[in-house]
Amino acid sequence: MTHDNLKNRMIDYLAGQLTCKAVTEAITDYLEGNLGFVDRIRFQMHLGCCRGCRRYLRQVRLMLRTFSTLPTEPIPPAVRDELLQRFRTWKARSQT
Amino acid sequence: MTFVSSPAVAEEVVQDTWIGVLEGIGRFEGRSSLKTWIFRILTNQAKTRGVRERRSTPFSPLGHSTEEPEVPAVDPARFHTSGYWVDHWNALPRYWDDETPERLFLSKEGLAQIEKAIGALPPTQRQVITLRDVEGLTAVEVCNILSIGETNQRVLLHRARSHVRRALEKYFEEGDLQ
Repeated sequence: MTHDNLKNRMIDYLAGQLTCKAVTEAITDYLEGNLGFVDRIRFQMHLGCCRGCRRYLRQVRLMLRTFSTLPTEPIPPAVRDELLQRFRTWKARSQT
Repeated sequence: MTFVSSPAVAEEVVQDTWIGVLEGIGRFEGRSSLKTWIFRILTNQAKTRGVRERRSTPFSPLGHSTEEPEVPAVDPARFHTSGYWVDHWNALPRYWDDETPERLFLSKEGLAQIEKAIGALPPTQRQVITLRDVEGLTAVEVCNILSIGETNQRVLLHRARSHVRRALEKYFEEGDLQ
C-alpha cells in the first residue's frame, strides 16, 4: 500500500466516509438539529478534517447572521396614515 | 409578499390584516406568539386576495412544493467528478471573513444583491427563508403559518439557503477580488 493510499484511507475513516457533496446537502439538517446522533458525529468528523466544508459551513452561518440583522423597511408615511385612519374609523364604529 | 401581484394590492392586504388584528385580538389565546398569529392573518388575507385576483396562486394547498425540480446545493462542477476524490471539493470554497456580513449590508449594492437573490427564489422558498432567517420565526411557527409539513419546510429552507449562498458567492467572486 502506497503512502498516499494509506493517507487517503485514514482521512476517509476519520471523515466517516462522507463526501463533501453529501455534507453540503445535509447542512440544513445539521443546523436544524435534525441529524441523528451517529450522522451528527459523522458530519462533525468530516468537518474536523475538511477545510473546504468548514469554509462552506462558515459561509452559510455568516449568511444567516447577515439575514437576521437585515434592517426592516420603514413604513411609508402614506401607508402609516392610512393605517391610523382605519384604526380611528374602526374604533369609532366599535364604540357605537 | 409573494401571494399577490402588485405592491398596491399588498398594501391593501396589510390594511385588511390590520383590521383583522383589531377585530380578532380579543380572541387571541396566546397559544402562539403574537407575531405568528399576525403573520397567519396576513397570509390568509393574502391568499384570499390572490385567489380573488384570479391569478394562478403559487401557493400549493397540499403544501407540497412542485415548483422546482431538485437542484443541488452546490454547483456540481465544484466537486471532483471522478477518481478517488469524487464528490469532494476540487477547489476550496472562498473564505468569508468576519467582516462579510458588514460588507454586505453596509453597501447599498450588497443589500440589493441579497434582495435580488431572495427575490429570485420560487414563491414558497422565498416565504420560508424570509420568515425563518429574516424574521427569525421557528420552524414550527413557519409550518403553522404556511400550513406546510415539517419535512417540506426543511426542504424548502435548504433549497432557498443553498440558492442564496450560491448567488452571494458569485457576487463576491465577480465583485471584489481584492
